[in-house]
Amino acid sequence: MILLVGSNAAETHPILFQHIMKGVRRGAQLLVIDPRRTMTAAKAHEHIQLAVGSDIALLNAMAHVIIRDGLIHQAFIDRATDGYEAFKDSVAGWTPERAAAVSGVPVTQIEHVARTYARADRAMIAWTLGITEHHNAVDHVFALINLALLTGHVGRPGTGLNPLRGQNNVQGGGDMGALPDRLPGFQPVGDESARRRFETAWGVTLSARPGLNQSQMFEAMREGTIRGLYVIGENPLVSEANSGHIVEAFNRLDALIVQDVVMTKTAARADVVFPARVSFAESTGTYTNSERRVQLVRAARRGPGESRDDLWILSALARALGYDWPTVSAAEVFDEMRALVPTYRGITYEALEASRGIQWPCPSEGHPGTPVLHTRLWDEVVTPRVSFQPVEWVPPAEPVDSRYPFRLTTGRRLAYFNTGVQSRAYGHPDPEREWLELHPDDAITLAVGEGDMVRVSSRRGQVVVPVRVTTSVPPGTVFLSFHFPDETPTNVLSIDATDPRSGTAEFKAAAVRIERVNERG
Amino acid sequence: MGNDVTMTIDGMTVTVPYGTTIRAAATMAGHPVPTLCWHEHLAPANACRACVVEVEGSRTLVAACSREVEPGMVVRTTSERVQRARRVVAELLASASDASLAPSLEALCRDTGAHPENWGGATWHQPVRDDNGLYVRDYAKCILCYRCVEACGDQAQNTFAISVAGRGFHAHIDAGWDRAMPESDCVFCGNCVAVCPTGALIDRTEWTLRQNGQWDDAAITTTDTVCGYCGVGCGLTLHVLDNRIVKVTSPPDHPVTHGMLCVKGRYAYQYVQQEEAAGED
Repeated sequence: MILLVGSNAAETHPILFQHIMKGVRRGAQLLVIDPRRTMTAAKAHEHIQLAVGSDIALLNAMAHVIIRDGLIHQAFIDRATDGYEAFKDSVAGWTPERAAAVSGVPVTQIEHVARTYARADRAMIAWTLGITEHHNAVDHVFALINLALLTGHVGRPGTGLNPLRGQNNVQGGGDMGALPDRLPGFQPVGDESARRRFETAWGVTLSARPGLNQSQMFEAMREGTIRGLYVIGENPLVSEANSGHIVEAFNRLDALIVQDVVMTKTAARADVVFPARVSFAESTGTYTNSERRVQLVRAARRGPGESRDDLWILSALARALGYDWPTVSAAEVFDEMRALVPTYRGITYEALEASRGIQWPCPSEGHPGTPVLHTRLWDEVVTPRVSFQPVEWVPPAEPVDSRYPFRLTTGRRLAYFNTGVQSRAYGHPDPEREWLELHPDDAITLAVGEGDMVRVSSRRGQVVVPVRVTTSVPPGTVFLSFHFPDETPTNVLSIDATDPRSGTAEFKAAAVRIERVNERG
Repeated sequence: MGNDVTMTIDGMTVTVPYGTTIRAAATMAGHPVPTLCWHEHLAPANACRACVVEVEGSRTLVAACSREVEPGMVVRTTSERVQRARRVVAELLASASDASLAPSLEALCRDTGAHPENWGGATWHQPVRDDNGLYVRDYAKCILCYRCVEACGDQAQNTFAISVAGRGFHAHIDAGWDRAMPESDCVFCGNCVAVCPTGALIDRTEWTLRQNGQWDDAAITTTDTVCGYCGVGCGLTLHVLDNRIVKVTSPPDHPVTHGMLCVKGRYAYQYVQQEEAAGED
């Protein structure tokens, strides 16, 4: 049984979705929880169409039903978890009736999903940004983890909790310590023995204090405590929520350096641009995918002119700043890293050359890698145990009201990618422009038809965009992507209410007003 | 071993696991049978009959691609009857279609001593359909192997944009009412192109370069790497000609993809070389 929550995998992870459909063909149930009737939801045995931001209410009610109906995995809870009683108390009030009132999902359907998940021999949960782009994103994830702990659907093949990574190396970036409080291998900066190992290897003193996440960095830029910013391969001026507010933060910088393969909107504002001009096709190194599979990236062509790769640029910059950095290859960097990172220790370039990737943890050379994580939860003695994390539902940060009566949720479409830097102009026959998905009932109320132009306004900004009338969204909810920021800068509308723990903003729930404008698309 | 089957292929005694097809058993025995429509990641369509073999006790020849072995089965893969049947299959297909980009059909013709020119008559010649920016359909080359239909359907992509329409000689691949692909359910993943054995489906870049006489297999380098889009980590093979990516495929043995890709992985690579393209304008 596969439960997808806030994931339109058919469009955003199409090859993973092929694996899911293979499972469906072999008899797996596919249930999709999503406010939109996506291409993915249309393939599901059941589509649970909940109100935007009501996920925790629904998930807590599922837990309520599983406990009420005696479908918990008592032996697993006893052996592998802590805090069950407190969790049970926390969901006691989350009857399916109460969750139905919040989410719009019928009581019978909530009960059916809960029972289907709990009774399955093997059930896995996968999610994407529909879970994590909320102001209480981490609570959303805890609510999912609680379900897996209740039922023992973790640590065995065919079960588990799978965040589907949206970019090719999000996993690898996190693995390598591109997080404010982590050294490579998720080792906390506050862990003195871990820090010592890196200090010894690098010959420098490291701060034990966590750095800032991206949202905190923008705040520090506004406050003037960050004066210079070095951006590598990101386009935050258009990708971040409430982009008007982000521009103000960038205006306060003394120095902005941008390193990218193309002249992005962010690069256009930079004091210095390092034209990396080296894409994945000209780079050497590794990417780590959603299933922790580390794979070799090999250069297939030469970059133009005197373009250099990211490693060369960083090393040259360090030397210009007075540090005596040697010229090293990607393989040498990898070897240094794996000496310091236990989960990558056994992965060598030779082993990667001879395989189609190795899944970490891979503690020693010759180790085959680890396809299934958390199997230790099925040991006789589980140390440490995993704690239930009771979470409460709270509504999206910005309620809809009479001035801004529509719920705007944002996301991606199959043919395009994020801010469009990579995916524009490759000959796809779909129109290369944005459109607003609007329910037919709302189209009648607003007296707009297919292709009519509307102005979409939030408290933060406005865009003008043509309408597509579709039942993919429920009444009262509208959808935009942000693939065409030059014409339709969707993120001037989105709200930067951010989960302080993850630093991610609530791209999935803003309140907007929609008005017809006299113009044809 | 209760899960094994012992049988005979071309006089050799072979023991293979229960559920093995005659095709796979023959390959293990070192007597591979030719195939056209069979594909390692698609369920057998039993369409082309190139793989037929003789099974003792069977009135008709059987398709080795789909028929599973049975205890004591006696199979002949190269008998005169088998060879004659394969030769007729090759002649019928090659007389009606353009096999110039179909190495497996050309090999079948060669190996069976086929003379397609003896057949004459109608062909599937028709105008090339160039109706989207990403791939071209040249159905004069189509042998109705069903691979594209299976890859688009429940064997991989689950989009179901195309099917076989019509009967007899008029059977053809269709996206519904002879629609152009942009009017259909097609999502342009190109997995149909990836599995097409005859070049009837071909990436538009490759087709254009071939039209201009610029496609040069000997000058193309291939490099295995990883896709730059989402976090699934699909293996890519980049085909590079004169320092430009001209085609993207995925290794069939890649555990993530089984050779399949999405529209971005297969086609959205122009950004890599867009500045050079701008410079040439």
